Amino acid sequence: MATSTPVIEKPNYLNADYSVKSWLLTTDHKRIALLYLVAITMFFFVGGFFAMLIRLELLTPAGDLVQADTYNRLFSMHGVVMIFLFLIPSIPAAIGNFVLPMMLGARDLAFPRINLLSWYLLMIGGVMILYSIVTGGFDTGWTFYTPFSTEYSNSNVIVAALGIFVVGFSSILTGLNFIVTTHRMRAPGLTWDRLPLFVWANYATSIIQILGTPVLAITLALVAMERLFNIGIFNPQLGGDPLLFQHLFWFYSHPAVYIMILPSMGVVSEVITCFSRKRVFGYKFVAMASIAIAVLGFLVWAHHMFVAGISAYAALIFSLLSYAVAVPSAIKVFNWTATMYKGSIHLRTPMLYALGFIGLFTMGGMTGLFLASLGIDVHVTDTYFVVAHFHYIMVGGAVMGYMAAIHFWWPKITGRMYSETWGKIAATLIFIGFNLTFFPQFVAGYVGMPRRYHAYAPEFQVLNVLSTAGASILALGYVLPLIYLLWSLRYGAPAGNNPWQATGLEWTTASPPPTYNFDETPVVTSEAYDYPNMPQMPDEEKIGAR
Amino acid sequence: MAEAIVRRKTYVIIWAVLLCLTALTATVSEIELGGWNAPVALAIAGTKALLVALFFMHLRHERSKIVIVWTIAGLFWLLILLLLSMTDYATRGFLNIPGR
Amino acid sequence: MPANHSTLNQTAAGHAAGQALQHHFADLGQQRDSATLGMWVFLLTELMFFGGMFAAYLVYRVSYPAVFVAASRHMEFWAGTINTVVLLTSSLTMVLGVWAAQTGRRQLLVWFLILTLLFGMAFLGIKAYEYHNHWVQHDVPGDSFQWLGADGRTAPDAREAQIFFSLYFAMTGFHALHMVIGLGLVTFILYQGWKGRYSPEYHTPVENVGLYWHFVDIVWIFLYPLLYLISKRHG
Repeated sequence: MATSTPVIEKPNYLNADYSVKSWLLTTDHKRIALLYLVAITMFFFVGGFFAMLIRLELLTPAGDLVQADTYNRLFSMHGVVMIFLFLIPSIPAAIGNFVLPMMLGARDLAFPRINLLSWYLLMIGGVMILYSIVTGGFDTGWTFYTPFSTEYSNSNVIVAALGIFVVGFSSILTGLNFIVTTHRMRAPGLTWDRLPLFVWANYATSIIQILGTPVLAITLALVAMERLFNIGIFNPQLGGDPLLFQHLFWFYSHPAVYIMILPSMGVVSEVITCFSRKRVFGYKFVAMASIAIAVLGFLVWAHHMFVAGISAYAALIFSLLSYAVAVPSAIKVFNWTATMYKGSIHLRTPMLYALGFIGLFTMGGMTGLFLASLGIDVHVTDTYFVVAHFHYIMVGGAVMGYMAAIHFWWPKITGRMYSETWGKIAATLIFIGFNLTFFPQFVAGYVGMPRRYHAYAPEFQVLNVLSTAGASILALGYVLPLIYLLWSLRYGAPAGNNPWQATGLEWTTASPPPTYNFDETPVVTSEAYDYPNMPQMPDEEKIGAR
Repeated sequence: MAEAIVRRKTYVIIWAVLLCLTALTATVSEIELGGWNAPVALAIAGTKALLVALFFMHLRHERSKIVIVWTIAGLFWLLILLLLSMTDYATRGFLNIPGR
Repeated sequence: MPANHSTLNQTAAGHAAGQALQHHFADLGQQRDSATLGMWVFLLTELMFFGGMFAAYLVYRVSYPAVFVAASRHMEFWAGTINTVVLLTSSLTMVLGVWAAQTGRRQLLVWFLILTLLFGMAFLGIKAYEYHNHWVQHDVPGDSFQWLGADGRTAPDAREAQIFFSLYFAMTGFHALHMVIGLGLVTFILYQGWKGRYSPEYHTPVENVGLYWHFVDIVWIFLYPLLYLISKRHG
C-alpha cells in the first residue's frame, strides 16, 4: 500500500539547493521556519525528558528516585527548556515564519537576515542553557527568585540566566520582523480587516515580545551581575528588595504566557473556519480581542505575588485586573463556538486539536479565575492546583494549537499528506493522556499537595499514579506524530496546492511553495474566510493523488 | 526622496535650547524646592527628550502614523511598569493589615 | 508607485541606490519605510530595557531618599554636566551628518560623522575618569565598597548607599555599552559614506544610526538629573 509515490518535483524552496551552507546561511523565511521546527522539536523532547523524570519520581510518596536537590534541578530545567526553548518560539517561529509572509502575499519577511539571526540566537542561547544543564543544572525554578538565585544557590544560575537573555533577543527580533512585515508588506487590497486572524494573533504576540521581553533581559542581567559581583539590588541583606525582582520578572513573565497562547488562538481561528466551512463569527471582535489580551496581559503580573508580601491594596487592584483579562479570551471562545454553529463540520486531525484546544483552554482559563480570587489563591498558591492550571493552558491549549498548526500546514510546508488515521489516533491519545495527567493534579493541589517537592504525603499517591499513567500515554501521543509525519515525507500522498480548500493566500501557491512564494504579487479582493464561495473540502480518501 | 529636509539653522537652535535647559536644570537643583525638585528636574529632562525626539529624530515630520502610535505606546508601557509597580510600594500599610 | 529604476541608474549614486534595493521589497520607498519602522520598534525595546532599571531606581529612591541625596554628592557634578553637553553636541553633529546625506554632501557627511565619533569617545573618556575616581573612593559595590559615617566607621545606611551605587554603575554601565555599540555603528556608516554608498535617494542606514544615537542621548538626558542632581550641594 505505502509505496514511494513518484512525484516530478517542480522547483521549490526545498530542492532549490541541497547544500548545508544553503540551509545554514539561508535568508528564505520558509527554510528558517524549518530550522526552527527542527530545533524546537529537539528542545521539546529534552524538556519532556525532564518531565518524565519528574513524573517517575512522583509515582511514590517518598523521595526515592532522586535527591531533593536533584529534583529541584529537574523541575527548573523542565520549566526553562519548555518555556523559553519550546513554547515561546514555537508557533511564531516554526509556523509563523513560514506562513505569515505568504498570508500577506509577500515574498519574505521585512528583514530576512535578522530572521536568520533570530534562529542563531535561539541556538546559541539554547546551547548555553543546555551547557548549564549538563554541567550540573540550576535549581532555582524557572522563576529565579532572589535572594536564592543571587546569593544562596550553588548551581549554574549565571549561564542559564545569560542563555535565557540571548534567547530573549531571538524572540524580540521575531516580533520586530512580524510587526514591520504586517505594516509594510501587505499585498494590494489586503486591508487590516481582511487579514487572517492568525496574522492579528501574531501581531498581538509581537507587541508583547517587543515591550515585555527587554524587561526580562535587564532583570536576568541584573541577577547575573548580582551573583558575580555581590551587589545587592535584590538582596535584603544588602538593602535590596526581593519583591522588586519579582515585580520585574513577572512584568515580562505574565505577558509571556500570552506570547505562548495567542498564536495558538490564531491557529484555532484558521482551523475552525476551514473545517466548519464558514466565515468566522465576529471577525472584528476576535481581532480586537487579540490586541486586548496583549494589552491587558501587561496589567496583571502581580497576581503571581499575592502571598509574596505586596501590599493588600495592590493585591486588590491586580485581582480586579486579572478578572478583566479573562474577558477577551472568553469572547474568542464564544465566537469560535458561534462559527461552528450550523457549519459543515469536518473532524479531521487539525480540527480535533482545535476542538481540544477550546475545551481545555476554557478549563485552564476558568481555573485562572479561581487563582485571581485572593481568598482562593491563598489556599491553592504553590500547590498542584497552579501546576494543573498552567499546564491546561500551556499543554492543553498552546501545544494543542501548535499540533493543530503542524497538521494544518504540513501539506503546504512539505507538499505531502500524512496518514489521517494515525493523525486522529495520536490526537485522541494526546487528549486522553493529557486529561489523565493533569486533571488529578487539580484535585491534588486543592486538597493540599504542594508543588516543587520531590516527596509528598501518602494520601496523594493515587492521584499521582493516575497522573504519571496519563503522562505515559501523553508521551506516546507526542511520539506518534514524529513517526507518521516523517514517514509522510517519503510516502505521503502529494498534497497539491490546496488540499483543505482553505482560504488564505498561502493556499494559492504550490505545495511546497517556490522560493519566491508567488509568481506575481497577489491582489486581494475578498474578505477573509470567504468559505461560502469556496469549493467543498475533499473527502479524506480523495485528498491528494494516490 | 520626498522627505522634508530640515534647515541646519533649526538644528543649531534646538541644540542651543538643549544647552540652556541643561544649565537650567543644573541651576535649579541648587535651589531647595522641597518635594518639587524631582518633578521639576524630570519635567526639564522630558522637555529635552521631546526636543531631541521631535527635531533630531524627525518625529515632527514623520509621515508614518504607525511610528507615532508605537512610540506613544512604548512610553505608555514604561509608565505601566513604573506606576503599577508603585501601587505596591506606595501603598504598603494603607489598609492596616499587618505585614501588608 | 513603482520606483523609476532607469532614471535612478543614470547617476553613480543612483546606481548604488538601485543596487541597494533588496529583492523582497517592491521599491526603495517600501524598503526605507520598513527600515525606519523597524528601527523605531527596536528603540522601544531599548526603552523597556532601560525602563527596568529606571523602575528599580524609582523604587529605591522613594524608599531611601536621604541616602540617595547623600550618595549623589559623591558624583562629580562637572564630569556629568560636561558629558551631558558633549552628548548633546554629538547629537547635533549626528543629525547634521544625516542632513549631509540627505543633500548628497559626501565630504560633510564624513566630517560630521568623525566629529560625532570624537564627541562619543570624549564622553566615554570622561566616564572612564569618573569610574576610576569612584573605584579609588571605594564607591564600587561589592567587597571593596566602603561607606563611612562622620566618625570614620561604617555608616548605618551603608547597605542602602551601596544600592545607589549599584544602580549608578548598572545604568551608566549599560548606557556606556550602548555608546560603544553606537560608536561601532557610526564607524560603519562613516566607512560606507566615505566609499560613496549613500545618496539623497538612499541613505537609510545613516538615518537609522542617527535614531539610535539620539535615543542613547535621551537615556543620558534622564540619567543626568537622576544620578547627579539629587543633592543640592555639589563640590
